[in-house]
Amino acid sequence: MSVIDTTRPPSEPARQKWDTRPKLLIDGDHDLCPGCGEPIALRCMLEVIDEMGLSQSAIGAVGIGCYTALTSLLDTDMVQCLHGRAPSVATGIKRMRPQSLVYTMQGDGDMVNEGLQEIIHSAARGESITCLLLNNGVFGETGGHMTATTVIGQRTKNTLEGRDAAYHGHPISMTDLLTPLGGVGYVARSTVTTARDIQRTRRYFRKAFETQVAGKGLSFVEVLTMCPTGWFLPVQEGPSYLNETMSPVFRIGEFKVDGQIFTPGA
Amino acid sequence: MSREFVEGAEALARAAIDAGCRFFAGYPMTPFTEVLDHMAEKLPAAGGVCINAESELEAVGMAWGALATGARAATGSVGQGLSLMQESFSEITRAELPLVVFNMARGQSDYFQSTRGGGHGDYYHIILCPIDIHEAIDHVHLAFDLADHWRNPVQIYGDYLLGHTWESVDLSPRPSAPLPPKHWALDGSLNGTGRARNINSLGMTKGAKGIDPESFWNRLQGKFRRIQSAEARIETEFTEDALYIAAAFGTAAKFVRHVVREMRREGYRIGYVRPITLWPFPADAFKQAARGVREVGVFELNGGQMIEDVRLSLLGDAPAVSIGGISSDTSGFGVGSLLNTARIREILERNYARVAARRAA
Ligand SMILES: Cc1ncc(C[n+]2csc(CCOP(=O)(O)OP(=O)(O)O)c2C)c(N)n1
Ligand code: SF4
Ligand SMILES: [Mg+2]
Repeated sequence: MSVIDTTRPPSEPARQKWDTRPKLLIDGDHDLCPGCGEPIALRCMLEVIDEMGLSQSAIGAVGIGCYTALTSLLDTDMVQCLHGRAPSVATGIKRMRPQSLVYTMQGDGDMVNEGLQEIIHSAARGESITCLLLNNGVFGETGGHMTATTVIGQRTKNTLEGRDAAYHGHPISMTDLLTPLGGVGYVARSTVTTARDIQRTRRYFRKAFETQVAGKGLSFVEVLTMCPTGWFLPVQEGPSYLNETMSPVFRIGEFKVDGQIFTPGA
Repeated sequence: MSREFVEGAEALARAAIDAGCRFFAGYPMTPFTEVLDHMAEKLPAAGGVCINAESELEAVGMAWGALATGARAATGSVGQGLSLMQESFSEITRAELPLVVFNMARGQSDYFQSTRGGGHGDYYHIILCPIDIHEAIDHVHLAFDLADHWRNPVQIYGDYLLGHTWESVDLSPRPSAPLPPKHWALDGSLNGTGRARNINSLGMTKGAKGIDPESFWNRLQGKFRRIQSAEARIETEFTEDALYIAAAFGTAAKFVRHVVREMRREGYRIGYVRPITLWPFPADAFKQAARGVREVGVFELNGGQMIEDVRLSLLGDAPAVSIGGISSDTSGFGVGSLLNTARIREILERNYARVAARRAA
């Protein structure tokens, strides 16, 4: 392990916060909770768009959830969509501006509950858009209610004793639904619990956007995000809770690349 | 001017394309299906996109996205499909996007749905209600222009009769005025400047934290008031010395107008009024036209909807009496037995006689 030498001044001057800020992020406060995973995932995406030199062509379609509050800092042209309806709006944008890089940002409540048919149909149609799912297994915004991705046993505001399969049904895995569809080019799932996971998330975003630029079908990146508030946990327990309860159900990795189906870890 | 014999649905689609519509999405339902068919066939050849959406919910969402890029875009359906679209309609209106909606209604039962906004929130759509295909072609051009001018959705209220009647009309290309500049349209050019655009229904702007719903709401209401004073349109005939006025809207008005003209030729002091815009309702002009009349008969094929607007226009100057009623064919498409000039003649004569007798007494 390398030890930082503090006896001499650093070879590079300290960088200011805004020197490391992605160009597409406005410098300012956001209204999300401490320990929330959503801002990290959004930042990853914006950094990648920047790095790929696509900043001037990105247009977003954003759903309704906690991440909606991030749009005041999100410096790409965008449409604030209705709950669940972003993929159709993104379709209209992309069909009229095929040269733009069109992305959607939705939560699990937005995409998997309210608007499930939208993402499935857009995927089957092979719309050349990149869809981001911020999956925290709850409606964070309404105060931590069960969604269609809440895992069995998970406690939420309306499953106080934990989600019971016999009573509340089973969670839906979006990667399972989307991977087999012909119109889909890229499917991956990551998390933002550690620096390594964040790097992987950035890698997946890059591949997703490359898929869009190459016109190889819809690209989908799901990011499991911490929601300590909605999970009723102390902030610092968010990442370990995610790794212990969600990751075993929602496998991390790439499921489809360039239209080829993979089994992560196989 | 060159005339050709065309069915209404085709005329609507061709007029839309001529008016610069480059995006259309819809979900089949008679009698809207026929408009969608023609768009699917003709729009790609004009360089546009027509998507056969998987649902009305998605059709209106796609149109929303297309509008956000500055394109002229439209969708449509029948009352049922429009009910599904209402959540988006109200948000699109609040986001001030120039949507054009083809409402190919199953008859006249959806007057309230169209004129009262229909969805949540406090909003209106401009409703153009053509009497025939000739006027519908004008209305399609007008709809796209008004939508862009006011940045507000405009609906064409048509029906089965309009979609399926053949008429000899002029569909030759019209000179198009240049589209108004759309500084708000999304193209990515402002990304990273701190001023990227955010098309939303809350009055949010980049860089400004939070929202001010009250002032945004007030600004929209101001716009609706300006539309009300600028865009109300009406058709009237023989109202100056009329004793009795028959009012009707849409294709049903064509039957009523025919009968009123016939009765006038025979010496009846009967007049005719048709609101061309259902919203804004031409209230002032209606009140003006009805000055001195003893009664206004409202012929509409429903349980009595437009009659509320007629009463609000007359403000008690004359009684408004419902003389239409529920009338449907077995398919439910709204072409019922009351759409018959002989029956309308009988209704108008009976009511006229009653009012004339009251006057003499
Ligand atoms: C039609 C409609 N129904 C309900 C709501 C209320 N609502 C707002 S956000 C939300 C849940 C958001 O959940 P998710 O997408 O998972 O985002 P998160 O808050 O977890 O980030 C709900 C139900 C709404 N805005 N619109
Ligand atoms: S409630 Fe959850 S998802 Fe919402 S901001 Fe807080 S931590 Fe994030
Ligand atoms: Mg969520």
